[in-house]
Amino acid sequence: MDLALAPETLARWQFGITTVYHFLFVPLTISLAALVAGLQTAWVRTEKEKYLRATKFWGKLFLINIAMGVVTGIVQEFQFGMNWSDYSRFVGDVFGAPLAFEALIAFFFESTFIGLWIFGWDRLPKKIHLACIWMVSIGTLLSAYFILAANSWMQHPVGYRMNGEKGRAELTDFWLVLTQNTTLNQVFHSFSAAFLTGGAFMVGIAAFHLMRRKHIPVMRTSLRLGLVTLAVGGLFTAISGDTLGKVMYEQQPMKMAAAEALWDGEEPAPFSVFAYGDVDEGHNKVALEIPGLLSFLAHSDFESYVPGINDTNEALQEKFGPGDYKPIVPVAYWGFRWMIGFGMASFSLGLLGLWLTRKKFLLPAAYRTGEDEVPHLVLLKRPLGSRLTRLYWLAAVWTMAFPLIANAWGWIFTEMGRQPWVVYGVMRTEDAVSPNVSQAEVITSMSVFTLLYAVLAVIEVRLLVKYVKAGPPELSDSDLNPPTKIGGDVHDADKPMAFSY
Amino acid sequence: MELHDVWFVLIAVLWTGYFFLEGFDFGVGVLTRLLARDRAEKRVLINTIGPVWDGNEVWLLTAGGATFAAFPEWYATLFSGFYLPLLAILICLIVRGVAFEYRAKRPEENWQRNWETAIFWTSLVPAFLWGVAFGNIVRGVKLDADFEYVGTLGDLLNPYALLGGLVTLTLFTLHGTVFTALKTVGEIRERARKLALKVGLAAAVLALVFLLWTQVESGDGTSLVASGVAVASLVAALGANQAGREGWAFTLSGVTIVAAVAMLFLTLFPNVMPSTLDPAWSLTVTNASSSPYTLKIMTWLAVLATPLVLLYQGWTYWVFRKRIGTQHIADPVH
Repeated sequence: MDLALAPETLARWQFGITTVYHFLFVPLTISLAALVAGLQTAWVRTEKEKYLRATKFWGKLFLINIAMGVVTGIVQEFQFGMNWSDYSRFVGDVFGAPLAFEALIAFFFESTFIGLWIFGWDRLPKKIHLACIWMVSIGTLLSAYFILAANSWMQHPVGYRMNGEKGRAELTDFWLVLTQNTTLNQVFHSFSAAFLTGGAFMVGIAAFHLMRRKHIPVMRTSLRLGLVTLAVGGLFTAISGDTLGKVMYEQQPMKMAAAEALWDGEEPAPFSVFAYGDVDEGHNKVALEIPGLLSFLAHSDFESYVPGINDTNEALQEKFGPGDYKPIVPVAYWGFRWMIGFGMASFSLGLLGLWLTRKKFLLPAAYRTGEDEVPHLVLLKRPLGSRLTRLYWLAAVWTMAFPLIANAWGWIFTEMGRQPWVVYGVMRTEDAVSPNVSQAEVITSMSVFTLLYAVLAVIEVRLLVKYVKAGPPELSDSDLNPPTKIGGDVHDADKPMAFSY
Repeated sequence: MELHDVWFVLIAVLWTGYFFLEGFDFGVGVLTRLLARDRAEKRVLINTIGPVWDGNEVWLLTAGGATFAAFPEWYATLFSGFYLPLLAILICLIVRGVAFEYRAKRPEENWQRNWETAIFWTSLVPAFLWGVAFGNIVRGVKLDADFEYVGTLGDLLNPYALLGGLVTLTLFTLHGTVFTALKTVGEIRERARKLALKVGLAAAVLALVFLLWTQVESGDGTSLVASGVAVASLVAALGANQAGREGWAFTLSGVTIVAAVAMLFLTLFPNVMPSTLDPAWSLTVTNASSSPYTLKIMTWLAVLATPLVLLYQGWTYWVFRKRIGTQHIADPVH
């Protein structure tokens, strides 16, 4: 079977589907691991039961989520070899190392300590049990760091040389791969976005319960924690997005010109709010622009020249020979906008919520609320009416998934914006695909993955909804009396385990 | 010994670790049908591996990542060449992981029964397919001058490789059975010991034929020693099992797995994937490996990180050292 498609097209679709899907779970896992660890720390330090109930509640959602993150990650480890064997042969010397580091350092950490945490409630003393969830959190961060270093090398290859005889890239400076500015900025941006995602998740679910006046003490704490996470995560996402953008203007001017649908270089260059154009002709028909802003985003001043798609294409043709070096402009343009739009919408909701639920600052004393009351949403001097209050809670619930959309588009933008390169300036995507894997095989695997992932998504979301609605669990005696010895205290040899599958 | 030889050994160690550890949790998965009489016993089985299966599986991911870094050509040829079998394994591992985590998260009997069925099949199929894969690696496959696999799916399903699949399946099931005897209390423990003998005899016969076949086709003195150790420890494991020495039985069935993997890698060396079309097209430790610089960094990583991993994974087994029985399994819904 041979479809009239470029050999890499199907493999790219499969990589896109499986990776975007995997990354729905990754940011939530990263942020929830740290947030749950924070809540459990609060429990261990203060012994307030609401923190333990919050730990158990968010911990359950975290586990439902991480299970999917882990299993969909397995595919990623092997997909390079399966579908991109020429890529693997060409870059394995460089690209393989961060993956091996990720597995040997981060995956072992995550998977071993998550087992200890899940089953350890009645097997480990309180503080050791707490340390386990922190280890998981560190594992998730390390894992993200190494894989982002690998991806950054594809965006901006450094620390390598070409071995002509072997026809491959070889690593010369691993430290540089781990610490180049692309890596640091991508890590900063992805970590911030992960916490933006987790914050929005927490705020949405807390709002859901507070709107119904249920589980108030736990949800009140969660709301506050979620709002702070959302606001701080959002702020850092914006800052890191700006610095990452400036790095990209230097390293991949084409990606950023496409992000703005800036066909011809301008000085000063405007930021495009809306554009509709003719890709073949290379110009926009309709354009709504803010003068000078793009120059500022690229170079921190309002006057600088920013090269356009057409200029950059010519420059790249001069450097790399004839060809078309344009990515799909509408995808880059809209992907960039959806990333920013959805992400910043959540951020704004967080800032607004932080102000509305302030505890003391400029808040009339009459509207301060106690631990077991739903906080008033106070705009200026008076609480919002019940309709507006409900509207805010609903907005929080309905925008819970906004950061997930933003994350997905961020990756689609950055990966598709790099095309036609798989390793920028070094290897083209069309040269990277496995030559011996047939289209029929790729169609098979892509269909199976898509179908399976769709089914699992339904199962996962239903489980999440079930456990969200159930609310924080009641605490049992064994929850409140953790063991003092490693392996569990011996009182009753037949006592049921605190947790079992 | 050059660095690429060191890395050949380390890759062998990672696969050995994977088969030793995930070997018994695959086996336990198979036992949910073979040994468990009711739902409660199924849950006992699943919970013996509950805290550890995920960490066991990471040995595979590490073997994959380390092969990518240390032998990119091997990684590329193996996983693009064995595309569909590997796809089947990946699908199984995905469903299996979700099955463990989600099974007890709803009380409905249907829900739980479906995940239990999933656990059985997704344990059995990879346990079989890994043997098929390694059978083919050792025997050699059709590689062309560019080290691309040019055979078909049918070529991978040859009698030797299929026998290899049966060997891993029975060996892992035995390993899971003696593990169950070691980790449980009550009636299930007694039945596990009885079952171990039957499974063990089947494994012994299959392994003997497979090892002899390998020895005749491509073995040498060292691989003969490894084969001998594998068979002897398997017999000893069964003896220990009959004598009620569960710790020894598990250790010895582990030694069997270690020796069998060692035998395969000894037979393989210095190839990593022989070509059956032309010996000059075989992938070897030299032509498949990374540059000395990358191997040096990887060696530092392995030297520093692996002992740490062994330490904290070992500690996990110690934390969960208590045997479990049906009385320890609480109400199925949390």
